[in-house]
Amino acid sequence: MKLYTRPLYAPDTSIGKPRDPSMTTSATTPKFVARDVKVYYGDKPALHGIDIDILDKSVTAFIGPSGCGKSTFLRCLNRMNDTIPSARVEGTILLDGEDLNDRKVDPVVLRARVGMVFQKPNPFPKTIYENVAYGPKIHGLATSKEEMDHIVESSLKKASLWNEVSDRLHQQGTGLSGGQQQRLVIARAIAVGPEVILMDEPCSALDPIATAKIEELIDELRQQFCIVIVTHSMAQAARVSQKTAFFHLGNLVEVGNTEDIFTNPKDQRTQDYITGRFG
Amino acid sequence: MNPHTVKTYGEELDQLSAEVILMGGLAEAQVADAVEAVARRDVALAQSVIQRDQRLDELEKDIERKAIRLIALRQPMASDLRKTVSAMKIATSLERTGDLAKNIAKRSLVISESEPMSGLTRSIERMGKLVSSRLRDVLDAYKGSKLDIAQAVWSSDTEVDEHYNAMFRELLTYMMGDPRTISACTHVLFMAKNLERIGDHATNMAEHIHYEVTGEDYMNERPKLTTMEP
Repeated sequence: MKLYTRPLYAPDTSIGKPRDPSMTTSATTPKFVARDVKVYYGDKPALHGIDIDILDKSVTAFIGPSGCGKSTFLRCLNRMNDTIPSARVEGTILLDGEDLNDRKVDPVVLRARVGMVFQKPNPFPKTIYENVAYGPKIHGLATSKEEMDHIVESSLKKASLWNEVSDRLHQQGTGLSGGQQQRLVIARAIAVGPEVILMDEPCSALDPIATAKIEELIDELRQQFCIVIVTHSMAQAARVSQKTAFFHLGNLVEVGNTEDIFTNPKDQRTQDYITGRFG
Repeated sequence: MNPHTVKTYGEELDQLSAEVILMGGLAEAQVADAVEAVARRDVALAQSVIQRDQRLDELEKDIERKAIRLIALRQPMASDLRKTVSAMKIATSLERTGDLAKNIAKRSLVISESEPMSGLTRSIERMGKLVSSRLRDVLDAYKGSKLDIAQAVWSSDTEVDEHYNAMFRELLTYMMGDPRTISACTHVLFMAKNLERIGDHATNMAEHIHYEVTGEDYMNERPKLTTMEP
C-alpha cells in the first residue's frame, strides 16, 4: 500500500489490520527501518545519526535521560517534527519499505497510519462518541451512521473502554478520569485504522491502577499493531516491551531484547543509566 | 563503576556483599576448625564448631531478608540485580557449607572415642586443607570480582574428587583388614564425602560469581571425574 494512495475504509475488518493481505507481517518483520537519522533544531544537533529497525507486532521502548533525543526520534516516525519550523531531519526512515520523508507522502495520511498518544490525555472538548468519530469523519472512512457507530464501538472495545462508557457515549470526553481519558485518546488513534501507535510517556500522569490498565491494553494491542513507547519508568519499559532502545546525548547507545538490556546490558552507559548511576 | 545517585541504595548493596564476605569468612573457619578438630581429636574445638553453626544460619536468613527488601524497594537492575541474586545464592551455599562442617565436627566427637587412626585423619587433614583453600580462593574472587580466580576454582574441582576417591579406596582397605574399624571408618568416609560436597559448593559459588560479573552462565559442562565412587 502506498502512503499517498489510501484505499477506502472497510469497516468490518480493517480496524488495526493491514488492509492488503499480502502485507501480513509478524514480530520479526521490521515496520520501520531508520538509517543515519539526524535531527537539528536550528543549528543545534539533537540526534547524531540513528540506525534502528523497529519490529512489527511488538512493543519497542525508548528509554534515556531527559534531552537524550528519544522523543525527538519518536516524533520522526510520524513526521511530527514537521510542525516545528526550526527542525530539520536528515537520513532515511522507511515505513514498510517506503521513505516516509518522501515529498509525495501526505503527512496527514501518514499520521493516520502512524497514530500518536501523548503524555497528558488530550481529548477534544467534545462527547466521547465525537472524539472517536472525529478521525474517521475527516478521513472519510464511514459512509453511513451505522458504519460510524461500528467504528466507534469497536475502537472503544479495542481500547478496553467500551464497558465503562457504553451508556454515556454522548457525555463530554473531558469528564472521564485521567486513565479513561488516556484510553479514549488511544481509541481515537485506533479509530482511523493505524498500523503503528506511538506513545510518548502515556502513563506519567496516571495512577498505578490506570497505568496497569494501559499496560494491559498495550500488551493486547501489540498483537495487531507496531507499538513504540517512550517512557521514563524503567520498570514500565521492562514490563511492557519486547525490545528496548537506550538513547543518550542524541545517540542510540544500545538496542536489544528487553530482558537482556535489563539483566545484562553491553554498554557501560546503559548499565549506569538503568542502575541509577548517572550523576 | 560510578556510585549510585541514591547513596543509601549503593550502601545497601555494599552491606549485602559485606555480609556475604563476613559469612564466607565464618564458613571457611568452620571448615578449617572442623578438620582440625578431627586431626587433633579436639573435643572442645568440635563443640565450638557445632555451636557456631547457628551464626551462619542467622546470617543466611539476614542476607535473604536484605536481598528481598532490596528487590521489593529498589527494583535492582542489570549488575545490581545480578549482585543481589548472587548474594542470596552464595549465602545458601555458605549455609550448606556450614552444615557440612558441623556434621564433620559431630562425627569427630564420635571417632575421638575410638582408637586413633593417624593415617586416615592425616588424609582428611590434607583433603580439608585443599577444600579450605578452594573456599578461601572463591571468597577472594567474590570480594574482588576476580573472574580468573573464580575460573581456576571452577576448573579444579576434579582434584577434590580425586582425593575423595583415593580416601574411599583407602578406607575400604582398612575396613577389610580390621572389621572393628568399620564404625569409625564409616564416619571418616562421611567426613570425606562432606568435604567433597563443600568443594562442590565452592564450584557453585564460582559459577554465581561468574554470572554476577559477566551476566553469562557457564556454558561448559562442569569438569567431573567420570569414574566417581559413590
